[in-house]
Amino acid sequence: MRTVEASVITEEISKMCIEANYHLSKDMMQVFGQAKDNETSPLGKKIFDQLCENLKIADTDTIPICQDTGMAVIFVKLGQDVHVTGANLTDAINEGVRKGYTEGFLRKSVVRDPIDRVNTKDNTPAIIHYDIVPGEQIEITMAPKGFGSENMSRVFMLKPADGIEGVKNAVLTAVRDAGPNACPPMVVGVGIGGTFEKCAFLAKKALTREIGSHSPIPYVSELEQELLTKINALGIGPAGLGGSTTAFAVFVETFPTHIAGLPVAVNICCHVNRHVTRVI
Amino acid sequence: MDRIIHTPITKEIADSLHVGDMVYLTGQIYTARDAAHKRMFEAVQKGEALPIDLKDATIYYMGPSPAREGRPIGSAGPTTASRMDKYAPTFMDMGQTCMIGKGKRSDAVHEAVVRNHAVYLAAIGGAGALLSKCITASEVVAYDDLGTEAIRLLTVENFPAIVVLDSTGRDAYLEAEEEAKKQNQA
Ligand code: SF4
Repeated sequence: MRTVEASVITEEISKMCIEANYHLSKDMMQVFGQAKDNETSPLGKKIFDQLCENLKIADTDTIPICQDTGMAVIFVKLGQDVHVTGANLTDAINEGVRKGYTEGFLRKSVVRDPIDRVNTKDNTPAIIHYDIVPGEQIEITMAPKGFGSENMSRVFMLKPADGIEGVKNAVLTAVRDAGPNACPPMVVGVGIGGTFEKCAFLAKKALTREIGSHSPIPYVSELEQELLTKINALGIGPAGLGGSTTAFAVFVETFPTHIAGLPVAVNICCHVNRHVTRVI
Repeated sequence: MDRIIHTPITKEIADSLHVGDMVYLTGQIYTARDAAHKRMFEAVQKGEALPIDLKDATIYYMGPSPAREGRPIGSAGPTTASRMDKYAPTFMDMGQTCMIGKGKRSDAVHEAVVRNHAVYLAAIGGAGALLSKCITASEVVAYDDLGTEAIRLLTVENFPAIVVLDSTGRDAYLEAEEEAKKQNQA
């Protein structure tokens, strides 16, 4: 049994909130350069120039990449042989979000109630997903999620008879409807199977995958490739003003499901696809 | 075409802007997003005075991140404009000539743009750090209690945006979609 002070977790979360909002991961940074070279629209290329410049300014001038610094989505893989002391884990995480968003000059975008809509002024509560795993470590992924793209995300409860063609249609429909609203080029997370909430979770989790990674399941990997090609053929382009780059990547995750169902979730992320992972 | 434009944007200036033009805006513009729109709209319905003058006004749909010391503003990119669709036609009928945001608009907004000789510009979504550099001053002028959603008066210099809806009824997003359809058929 390993003991971890809650304050250590708070400190890490706070740093992760700041890091995620000022710097994209290396794989995301690289994909901008590649996509710009491949973009066929002259206006699209110009927009890529602005986006690359934006990332540079965020980095050197410490201005958040986007003003929507998101709702804090946090994935925790908690080793079952870890004992957290000093505070309860959820409070420690929320305290980290509070600290990071305040000290990091990040926007507070959370309201305490979906109907009365009073701002909590510290960006809490975070959305926390716990996964209990073997071992003595805590792996935390912090992914701020902007709502321009979140609002364009969808769940489709398909029928088994709809099959893989139904899945493709669902994804293309969601991306087409999202269009310029989701700040393309997008990263598209797809969850297939499970239950209503499980597929949504899988789609969200998929967005944290590394650009260039492929599903280990051959048909899923092929599906990712095919969907990416089809999405880019939609011509939505950078900022939705036309072009050959509508998405940087499509990540598909699958899970066993019920004999009667084929749930599909499409979680759309913008080009500011932010996530930081640390192991404590 | 690149266009250097100074505010206020009159109906004549708005009429001279066409889909696809790259605009560099200098002068003063307001910010307002969901909550401020709702409050202003309710004020209009009650016949109350608005805290800002809408005549020839430009409203930027934006809620910034907090400013660091010595800086006018934090990250400052556009938010999704369609959430303002319910309110925008009324404000254009009252004199507003320019909207800056991102994303598609409703038919009612299209019609109001044409009817009022107005224009809708898109700033590049997710380029908040870059756009922040074009804002030289920012002052909260109304609804302070709304925090990031308060109405601000910004001074901007060469603020880049692209004409998406013009007063002839053209729509840059639609044209991009149709272009792609044509190419896919070819
Ligand atoms: S969708 Fe993404 S890039 Fe666009 S405003 Fe929201 S967080 Fe920023």
